Amino acid sequence: MSRKLFPFNGGVHPDGHKEASNATPIRAMPLLPRYVVPLRQHIGVPARPLVRAGERVARGQMIGAAEGYVSTAAHAPTSGTVLAVEPRAVPHPSGLFDLCVVIEADGEDRAVELQPLDWRNLDASALRNRIRDLGLAGLGGAVFPSYIKLNPGAQAIHTLILNGAECEPWITCDDRLMRERAAEIVLGAEIMRHALGCASVLFGVEDNKPEALAALRAAAPADMEVVSVPTLYPSGGGKQLTYLLTGVETPTGGRSTDVGIQVFNVGTAYSLYRAVCLGEPLLSRVVTVTGHVAEPGNFEARIGTPLADLLAAAGGALPGAVGEIIGGPMMGFDLLDRVAPVTKSVNCLLVKDPRLFPARPAALPCIRCGACARACPADLQPFEMYWFSRAKDFGKAQSYDLFDCIECGCCAYVCPSHIPLVDFFRYAKSEIWERERDKREADQARRRHEFKEFRLEREKKEKAEKFAKAAEKQKATAGTEAADPEEARKKAILQGALERARLAKEGVTPKNTDNLPAAVEKEIAEIDARRAQAETRPESGESTP
Amino acid sequence: MNGSPFALLGHNSVTAVMAKVMAALIPGIIAHAWFFGPGIWVSLLLCVVFGAVLEALMLLLRGLPLKPFLSDGSALVTAALLALALPTLAPWWLYLMATLFAVGVAKHLYGGLGQNLFNPAMVGYAAMIIGFPVYMTQWAAPIGVAHFTPSLAEAFDLVFAGAGAISVDAYTSATPLDAWKTQARQGMAGADILVQPIFGWAGARGQEMVALMYLLGGLLLLANRVITWHIPVTFLAAMALTAGLLHLANPAQHAPPLFHLLSGGAMLCAFFIATDPVTAASTPLGKLIYAALAGFLMMIIRAFGAYPDGVAFAILLANICVPFIDAYTQPRVFGHKRGGKRGQA
Amino acid sequence: MISAILVMAGIGLVLGGVLGWASIRYRVQDDPLVEKIDAILPQTQCGQCGFPGCKPYAEAISKGEADINLCPPGGNDGVKRLAELLGVEPKPLGAGMEPKPKAVAVIDENTCIGCTLCIQACPVDAILGAAKQMHSIIAEQCTGCELCLPPCPVDCISMQVIREDVATWKWRYPMHMMKRAA
Repeated sequence: MSRKLFPFNGGVHPDGHKEASNATPIRAMPLLPRYVVPLRQHIGVPARPLVRAGERVARGQMIGAAEGYVSTAAHAPTSGTVLAVEPRAVPHPSGLFDLCVVIEADGEDRAVELQPLDWRNLDASALRNRIRDLGLAGLGGAVFPSYIKLNPGAQAIHTLILNGAECEPWITCDDRLMRERAAEIVLGAEIMRHALGCASVLFGVEDNKPEALAALRAAAPADMEVVSVPTLYPSGGGKQLTYLLTGVETPTGGRSTDVGIQVFNVGTAYSLYRAVCLGEPLLSRVVTVTGHVAEPGNFEARIGTPLADLLAAAGGALPGAVGEIIGGPMMGFDLLDRVAPVTKSVNCLLVKDPRLFPARPAALPCIRCGACARACPADLQPFEMYWFSRAKDFGKAQSYDLFDCIECGCCAYVCPSHIPLVDFFRYAKSEIWERERDKREADQARRRHEFKEFRLEREKKEKAEKFAKAAEKQKATAGTEAADPEEARKKAILQGALERARLAKEGVTPKNTDNLPAAVEKEIAEIDARRAQAETRPESGESTP
Repeated sequence: MNGSPFALLGHNSVTAVMAKVMAALIPGIIAHAWFFGPGIWVSLLLCVVFGAVLEALMLLLRGLPLKPFLSDGSALVTAALLALALPTLAPWWLYLMATLFAVGVAKHLYGGLGQNLFNPAMVGYAAMIIGFPVYMTQWAAPIGVAHFTPSLAEAFDLVFAGAGAISVDAYTSATPLDAWKTQARQGMAGADILVQPIFGWAGARGQEMVALMYLLGGLLLLANRVITWHIPVTFLAAMALTAGLLHLANPAQHAPPLFHLLSGGAMLCAFFIATDPVTAASTPLGKLIYAALAGFLMMIIRAFGAYPDGVAFAILLANICVPFIDAYTQPRVFGHKRGGKRGQA
Repeated sequence: MISAILVMAGIGLVLGGVLGWASIRYRVQDDPLVEKIDAILPQTQCGQCGFPGCKPYAEAISKGEADINLCPPGGNDGVKRLAELLGVEPKPLGAGMEPKPKAVAVIDENTCIGCTLCIQACPVDAILGAAKQMHSIIAEQCTGCELCLPPCPVDCISMQVIREDVATWKWRYPMHMMKRAA
């Protein structure tokens, strides 16, 4: 069990506070009267709603279908009636609303028929499609659709890493899951190994979770290795854990699959087991409720459980609480509205108290002490990136590899000037993304505009050719009857009319309202009359483009 | 609204960093008072008071809040380093001028805390050595060598009222570095120079013990992770190497390396001045280059320059190179190819 | 004296030669200025600048015939980038040219009579439809130029401001730096 580890640079040792919530078993939640299931719970395109208000649904029924490639399905957490499909508060740092399916429970909790899969004999592609329809996404936080990650594609995967490091302080949901359901996690890992066709399976668990390590070791077969890694934040970061266990760096801008390694969270493995062996969609997940609450612990919460209800299940916040964090203290975000529901990405509800979470002191200027660079697990120079992000010099910020930042928060954690470094990096990243979006849109508009001009030009040329041919033909006939002066006069008139028409055409876009049905003509006339009366707009219908 | 992280490392602030630096200076200051008399307390007090007042004044002029910036302690560290670098028992206005250049010009005119290109204390020192060279050669002589070592009250008198009837030569002397330079150039043999009373067992009498105390303070900073090993080790190594080569080449003209390491501002510079994070290089490799450059320049100035000690100019010249050094020594980022191009500012 | 002049002239000649050689040897092959300006312009093709599209405006700027502050959709940020490119001082947008929030055109399907006038007006062919058929706008391709509004004989097109959603939301500039005392 002594595998050679490859420590990454940097990292910090924040207080773990794991003992606050890891002592008690995972608790079930009572059935709630109402659930709110967001359709965008994963990275990628939101699911397309399949139900309408008033429809009856059963537990496990698909209510949102995967749309496009990077997407996955959403399911009803219980049986009942769809109250609405509308934007609702979701757990997101913006506090913006997003499309959700609101379900009123009927109390029966009637389930659709579940179809366990014979995964060992199922075609890998069929297995993946089922997984997509069962709504599986990574439960470690990134919520990337699992079926895509189970598709090795062109790259051969040689190693599967199960991430049970759980390095964020306070969070213990994976810890409890590994302790209590290690056998199921191992089965999930078997299914992953089958789908990926890889040989080696490694579990990475921080050494502050000896019980979880023991449980996994007891459950894992001989050809899976359970590795204890030193407790150091952020060893649970995908790239960091990969390096720690294998010594292989994930290339910048790439994924670990580029180097033949795939990483899944242990919670995802557990859900995969349920999905495949029981046929159950991703309906619930384990969420840690901890911090300044009466009875901290872990709860098996259905997706869509309002966070206020989850908090109540843990006895509610203690007096003096100053808000909640979704996720951990290093990478989480402030919850702005407690009616927001548990989603596939919510692993922790952390209630803040002013003693453990004092307000960040006012920031002083950077003194370039380099503490951030020493703490950075990506070997970046955060103070340089900060300098340029603050000055909105995004090009320079990018040249210091802003996009290699994993926003783990180590830099801001150690900064003696208390500069909210990660806030600056998130700001700079979203500005750059917007600019890239704008640029893509502008390029598309330019191409389409150029094509339209080309098309108009071509049509004009074609018309001119047609006209020239007709004129030639006429000339040919005219040549024989040139003697007739009457004919010549007529021709001149015709020519003049054509010329006038051409001039008019060039000057004014024709009003393309000829040949309209009488009723429409009448409608237009009425509208024109109304407009003439109101005269609200100076431009009339015949303006030139 | 703040985003994550919501957790902060405890007992960590600019003030805490500066307090640790100040604490690490204490052994050196005490040794200074022990070997050169209580004059150091006067210059230290003056520099710190002037530093605090000028800092407050500059903050007011710049429309910045006083409390957070005054309490960060950076001006006090600058003032203390200046006091330790300047001769003691100089006229009071010399300390005022030096602090003015350090805090007023080098720090605040360049944008205040964190923005200055040049080490403030060294700018103050350099301005004085150019502007008032005479005063910068009158160093308090070590106890036992001086005819007269002023008490604390006498030191105040000297600083504020001038020497008066007392001859300046009664309590000051040239520094050993200065003495070596002049006497070696006059053709005196190294062995003969080193036996004079102002020289000690390895370096300058008194100064060598002060230097060792600075070394002790520096090691405390290292242990507390306020500084990294890169700059002090490389600086001292570069100095020793340059001094050693010079000494080997011409022992009559150039003093041995240990003498250089333990006299003048070498130790103070290695651990407290060259390590100033604002003005030093920040990448690991950059720190090595920066410190080697500073150490080398320091020895070159000592050996061939017009000034007996080279701390200020060596540091200022190295400061100039910092943006360039940093731009070309950016470390490889996780997941990038080795030797790949990146981050050229 | 003569020798000094000769030496100076010689140095001048040599250095001039080196510079001349370097300017040819290291000439940067660049996009023509018009392309660079056009790349900054937002390509709404709205004509608010008084030119019939972004490219003509870019041409006019490059010839010095138009000012750089005539493009409301590009906003003050666009003016700034143009100023940087051209090495001139940025200036505020021209009078009455306040940038509007980004919007897309929407056709009221009940009112549309299928006259195709808007289709001809659309600079980026973002309107689908045929004569006497209901028209509809492809929202992703609409640049929000508003050129389809005036030709519509029944006023069935309106502009709908694009709201920020979870996917396009941006982190704000952090505002916790030490403020200047008022």
